[in-house]
Amino acid sequence: MTAGDRVRFALSGLGQTLITCGLIVLLFVVYEVWVTNIFADAKQHSVRTKLIESWQDAPTTGSSDQATVPALPLPGGAQSTTPIGSGLAVLYIPRFGKDYSRAIVQGTNDASLEKGPGHYVGTQLPGEVGNFAVAGHRVGKGEPFLNLDQLKPGDPLVVETKDSWFIYKVKGDTATGDLSTAGVDGVPGRQIVNPSDGQVILPVPNHPGQKATEALMTLTTCHPKFTATQRMIIFSALSRTVARHGDTLPTELGGTL
Amino acid sequence: MYVWLWRHLPGTTALRLLQALLLVAAVAALLLFVIFPWVEPKLPINQVTVNGQ
Repeated sequence: MTAGDRVRFALSGLGQTLITCGLIVLLFVVYEVWVTNIFADAKQHSVRTKLIESWQDAPTTGSSDQATVPALPLPGGAQSTTPIGSGLAVLYIPRFGKDYSRAIVQGTNDASLEKGPGHYVGTQLPGEVGNFAVAGHRVGKGEPFLNLDQLKPGDPLVVETKDSWFIYKVKGDTATGDLSTAGVDGVPGRQIVNPSDGQVILPVPNHPGQKATEALMTLTTCHPKFTATQRMIIFSALSRTVARHGDTLPTELGGTL
Repeated sequence: MYVWLWRHLPGTTALRLLQALLLVAAVAALLLFVIFPWVEPKLPINQVTVNGQ
């Protein structure tokens, strides 16, 4: 083997290694934006089926608690009894398409968020005065909040529970379409914050210790896409509540309720 | 590496091709189902909660 052969051998080895690395990175992208969705969709489907079944099995009157774990004391005085990882409610966002709906699961650990949007344990439940806060993946893992940046002021966010439909409307100025405009309560429609800013999920967002008078729903996801540098926060306020009536949908979802 | 592997696969060209494809599939499966799920939570790409919850 001449010196030239050795150089050629080393260079081709290096080239092959680099190409291999490139292919592995490409495969990782495929995994992240496609394969994780397949796993997550299966989990979401299973959680949702169980949730709907539990609604049908349980008596239709009375409170919605399924006392399977010890109740946790919550800031709002309410009790959350849904076990971590189980379904809690179903979220519909017409802006994301007619068919968009996801079962919200209890808890925001990795396992819960892989099943669907996760309810921050310790924040309020749907419809309660205070803050019903939900986190969701933006890319991969079912990507429930992929298009969270496309929400506009006044867009309905519909939450279905065993007994009720809760219709929240995204905050911000509906006249100008400006999401950053804060209402009389000081809460805007959208805020981009640092990951450590836990104040956005307080009963009165960004105001520790203040007593809540409004029923809010807050959605959190990563921002910008594919990074964990910041968080995008969407605030919405409860606009109306209707009792469930069979399979009839609220008007926001094309029904008559 | 790839040349070495190709030389050491036994059989006709068709058989070698089949084995090479199986090897690629095995490596891809190992990456997709074992290595990526393990490494992904350690990367700062998909954290969606505030306050580390």
